[in-house]
Amino acid sequence: MQKVYNKILSITGNVITVKAQNVAYEDLAEITTSRGKSLAQVIKLENDLVSLQVFSGSQGIATNDEIRFLGNPMRVTFSENMLGRIFNGSGVPRDKGAHLTENLIEVAGPAVNPAKRIIPKNMIRTNIPMIDVFNSLVVSQKLPIFSVSGEPYNQLLARIALQAEVDMIILGGIGLKYDEYMYFKKELEEGGALSRSIIFMHTASDPIVEGLMVPDLSLAVAEKFALKGKNVLVLLTDMTNYADALKEIAITMEMVPSNRGYPGDLYSQLAARYEKAVDFEGAGSVTILAVTTMPGDDVTHPVPDNTGYITEGQFYLKNGRIEPFGSLSRLKQQVNDKTREDHRAIMDGMIQLYAQYRETEEKRAMGFRMNEWDNKLLKYGVNFEAGMMDLSVNISLEDALDLGWKIMSQCFAPEETGMKSELIKKFWPKDNN
Amino acid sequence: MSEKTGKIVGISGNMITVEFDSDIIQNEVGFAVCGDEKLKSEVVKIQGNKAFMQVFESTKGLKIGSLVEFSGEMLAVELGPGILGMVYDGLQNPLNELAQIHGSFLKRGAIEAALTREKNWEFTPCIKDGDQVTGGDVIGHVPEGIFKHPIFVPFHYTESYTVSFIIKKGEYNVDKVIAKVKNERDEELDLKMYFNWPVKIPITSYREKLVPKDPLVTQTRIIDTFFPIAKGGTYCIPGPFGAGKTVLQQVTSRFAEADVVIIAACGERAGEVVETLREFPEITDPRTGKSLMERTIIICNTSSMPVAAREASVYTAATLGEYYRQMGLDVLLLADSTSRWAQAMRELSGRLEEIPGEEAFPAYLESRIAQFYERAGLVELNDGKMGSLTIGGTVSPAGGNFEEPVTQSTLKVVGAFHGLSRERSDARRYPAIHPLESWSKYNSINDKKLISNARDILFKGNEVHQMMLVVGEEGTSLEDFVIYLKSEFLDNVYLQQNSFDDVDGASSPKRQQIIFKKVDEILKSKFTFKDKSTARHFFNQLRQLFIDWNYIDMHEDKFKEQENKIIKLIEEYSSDAESL
Ligand SMILES: Nc1ncnc2c1ncn2[C@@H]1O[C@H](COP(=O)(O)OP(=O)(O)OP(=O)(O)O)[C@@H](O)[C@H]1O
Ligand SMILES: [Mg+2]
Repeated sequence: MQKVYNKILSITGNVITVKAQNVAYEDLAEITTSRGKSLAQVIKLENDLVSLQVFSGSQGIATNDEIRFLGNPMRVTFSENMLGRIFNGSGVPRDKGAHLTENLIEVAGPAVNPAKRIIPKNMIRTNIPMIDVFNSLVVSQKLPIFSVSGEPYNQLLARIALQAEVDMIILGGIGLKYDEYMYFKKELEEGGALSRSIIFMHTASDPIVEGLMVPDLSLAVAEKFALKGKNVLVLLTDMTNYADALKEIAITMEMVPSNRGYPGDLYSQLAARYEKAVDFEGAGSVTILAVTTMPGDDVTHPVPDNTGYITEGQFYLKNGRIEPFGSLSRLKQQVNDKTREDHRAIMDGMIQLYAQYRETEEKRAMGFRMNEWDNKLLKYGVNFEAGMMDLSVNISLEDALDLGWKIMSQCFAPEETGMKSELIKKFWPKDNN
Repeated sequence: MSEKTGKIVGISGNMITVEFDSDIIQNEVGFAVCGDEKLKSEVVKIQGNKAFMQVFESTKGLKIGSLVEFSGEMLAVELGPGILGMVYDGLQNPLNELAQIHGSFLKRGAIEAALTREKNWEFTPCIKDGDQVTGGDVIGHVPEGIFKHPIFVPFHYTESYTVSFIIKKGEYNVDKVIAKVKNERDEELDLKMYFNWPVKIPITSYREKLVPKDPLVTQTRIIDTFFPIAKGGTYCIPGPFGAGKTVLQQVTSRFAEADVVIIAACGERAGEVVETLREFPEITDPRTGKSLMERTIIICNTSSMPVAAREASVYTAATLGEYYRQMGLDVLLLADSTSRWAQAMRELSGRLEEIPGEEAFPAYLESRIAQFYERAGLVELNDGKMGSLTIGGTVSPAGGNFEEPVTQSTLKVVGAFHGLSRERSDARRYPAIHPLESWSKYNSINDKKLISNARDILFKGNEVHQMMLVVGEEGTSLEDFVIYLKSEFLDNVYLQQNSFDDVDGASSPKRQQIIFKKVDEILKSKFTFKDKSTARHFFNQLRQLFIDWNYIDMHEDKFKEQENKIIKLIEEYSSDAESL
């Protein structure tokens, strides 16, 4: 039986300290307050002083509340019974289903040995040209959607999740608004995907610290399923809320902030989660699609900035479209040489032209006279945006490539496109209309 | 093994505070005992009877009162045959071997010998009984893949010794005593094929350090021609995320004309290392005819691996580099990313509650960075041979802004700066090295005068471009417009390069000289055009021909044919008009 302590020495932010012996680093404790029970985790040990972060927050904790150390770090149940179920940030059911306590697994376990990883090679088709043609999504990729609030990022996330061919979906919600939570639930239900989904949901009204465990819980379960051969897609939204929770704890612990209040280890903390994306040789895979909202539409804000340095690209959602600039899939070259021989050329060539269009468009807006070349670019820009960028476009990769040639041929002479002559010979539409 | 121990009195993240009662050494290795796991740690600060130690593993489960066993040794690597082709973590644990024993995950506390004890090496001695030797002298050789690996008297044996025993030619493993030497006090020392060397101490067993002068060819045009690196020199690649730092290093690790390449994947993505790991064994190195992996060493301490080991990993890489330099080889060390290493220092410093400097980096950041790059160099060895260690590090500045401590400290010490720009990478102008902002102090493979002329065009072209953004094309003179088109042409066909193409991806010095000469001719040509649209049309055509040319193997007949097409086109436009 664990010893019970009931003398809390300090309460600052969501961190409390007690005097206790024989406590292990990162172990959990259970605090019983007048509001009920909450979990807390050891985050610092100094002689017999133990600092704990309290998942449900410190509001209402009395200095004589009861603390019981559980003698183990954070764990989560793992079984097929989890499918279709909804849990909170402490891993406790949020739906009316039974408590699951079987087969507890450790969360935030060790990293995969890089020598055991394999090169990702399977494309995930989404039928969104801005993804399939220009920034192909790949099994085991970790990729966030960068966006400002108000953009339909959760809709995009849900659409990709439902259209992607994966065995399972694990949704980790961090600080989600209640209606967004309901939206996901409805989409998964209507898309017939709820029965192959597991949801860990922390909403904006839940205690902030509780959101901290959501990525770890989601990824621990995903990893186990992947080891059993499943291709798992993990959705994490919104990781900026996660980073903000980290910031709050760091400030409480009086850690020296590195940048706008965020702790110096923000990069390592985020990386430890995102790096759980993996393709296991001879087993399944974990793919991570996340949402990172950018405060003030600023990519250089520490959260998107650190995320960009960790993930394998990003989809930059702006004005309801996936922007060609700023968006990037770094794994695309693993797959886009096996699709069609013109895939890479279209991808690079069309973007270069679109960049020129943007410049011309700026000049036009400033009132400059447009020459013949400018007019070609302007026409191209409009066609490109309508045919490729519009999010309502839902066509296969091959159709999108054909469309690419068509758009170019409607606007330019072949040598104006900078494409290799060989490809022009083969793909340039003959009936130039 | 010493019997010194201590007890944990504090734990915060990967930092433990340990009370000890005997003597300990700064940077001494100790093991924190957690159940049946022993977690490797390093003393980073000593205060009274308390040692602050960074733990190279997760500290989960450690308790106040847990035992720490001190080793009496500083953090060190094994130097000897069998390092080439290996994949190590930041502490030189072989990852493939760990995978065989422990499976898919990195088991906490698992440690394996860096050099295999299983393999027997064919040792040929080159000294005899009674010879005088000292640290750094060669006592024999073993064949290691692509070359003859000399076996040294350990570099820290600084006295003069008499050989009292040398084993005869034969096959032995690295643990076999192959020689014995006596110092002047008649103390006998055993020599094996390997010895340990503390990673934070540079190897300086050479005659003299020289100024780098010969280019280290990377086969990337914009580097070799415009911003060259030198054998024994240093350079850095700062750039925002996604600008192409890693791709550039990957290409360099493949095509650079170095004898040994060490890739230090320091706190970045595991997936990127895997590409190298899986692809290199399949690629034949044209220089040796053997697999590329045989000249490569990978130090892999990726972002989800323990942070403290990340801090150590760059030193591990530098030490291995210095070791191969001792053999008279040209070694290239590529570190990606030095910012992650700096961040590891920052985390450590924060846990030590040191007074933070800018952006919370420790005050000693600058000197640490300088010391790291100082380990590069061209040296004349004791036997007169030359060896070099070149270091190139990527930098990942917060927000892509170069005005930050790591970039700035690095720029102070390196010999070349390849600044990647978001603008260029967004426009898919790869490699996204900024041609106006980057610089190099080293010698190019191309003629200085031609380069300076080309850079001139780039600067002027940029000015015209900026002006055109304000006054529009119609407000620009035809003459200026042609300068702009020339600079765009130079950018498109020479600065930009398709790293993923078999031919265009690697441009030999000879090829660069041929192409650059042709580019230079065009830059210097005075064309007359009827109007801007004719000019644009001409340069579009020219660009097309050049790009196609870039994709043709130099040894094919088509190469010459394409050149002729280019010449013809140029003539067409220079003949029907007199000069401007
Ligand atoms: N030379 C190149 N040719 C074609 N594409 C490139 C080139 N360099 C980079 N890219 C594209 O940009 C992507 C990002 O490049 P890379 O991974 O090298 O960026 P990075 O600067 O290392 O970013 P980070 O700091 O986040 O690690 C690549 O996956 C590739 O799609
Ligand atoms: Mg990189």
